[in-house]
Amino acid sequence: MSIATDTQILQGFLGGLLIGSAALLLLLGKGYIAGISGIVGRAVTSPRNGGWRWLFIAGLLCGSAIYFLINGSLNAQLPTLDVTLLLAAALVGVGTRLGSGCTSGHGVCGIGRRSPRSLIATAVFMVVAIITVAVVGR
Amino acid sequence: MWVAFVSGLLFGLGLAVSNMLNPQRVLAFLDIFGTWDPTLAFVMGGALLVTVPGFALVLKRSKPLLSASFSLPSKTEIDRPLIIGAVLFGLGWGLAGLCPGPALAALVSLNGSIIVFVAIMLISWWLTDRYLSRPSATK
Repeated sequence: MSIATDTQILQGFLGGLLIGSAALLLLLGKGYIAGISGIVGRAVTSPRNGGWRWLFIAGLLCGSAIYFLINGSLNAQLPTLDVTLLLAAALVGVGTRLGSGCTSGHGVCGIGRRSPRSLIATAVFMVVAIITVAVVGR
Repeated sequence: MWVAFVSGLLFGLGLAVSNMLNPQRVLAFLDIFGTWDPTLAFVMGGALLVTVPGFALVLKRSKPLLSASFSLPSKTEIDRPLIIGAVLFGLGWGLAGLCPGPALAALVSLNGSIIVFVAIMLISWWLTDRYLSRPSATK
């Protein structure tokens, strides 16, 4: 049984089209892959050579800020700070660097260019995340 | 340079509009054995509907519009770091419902938990980079 309304699913689809367009624009314009963990990770690791990455990050923050200002909130129930959240943050950080990508880099862009590495990575992190929720709960 | 900014802007807007900044919606998608919320599949589907045909067309070009060449990942091998990394990332994603993009975009809420999450994620990237580029590393 689904708990999402038709409107929520449509908004999801529209948001997906925007995300895909963002990735397409970056590849067509500059030849870069819109993978968040790669862009931000590299910007932070060598800040002075970050260049375009800082602009992308500024844009990302402006994008969600525009929604925040128009809508009045992010429409999100943000997590409480506990040990699980700290562990999750470290796992996401180490995992996306070791595995060279996250949901955007492997999922949206990598599958977009039909990379077998990205297809495998996406399948693995999806399945592991599903098992994690099934075992730990949400 | 405006391309990078506009791309980021569309990306952030897309994450917010799709409600993927809400970890509860992501966890509800991952909870396929519970009360399943299929929205994330439509987000991914919408994005791939643009990138799969779009990337194929763009990559037929000899170079991007505003740059001398494409900067694409060179690795093609399915190696251990890829699999181990994906497993660790999947664990973290399933525990919190947050991946790097939404965590960063949600910073505009100035929510304390999100700020701490992003800080730890950044430190983990930095430490992992240092570990991977240590002198004794084979590659």
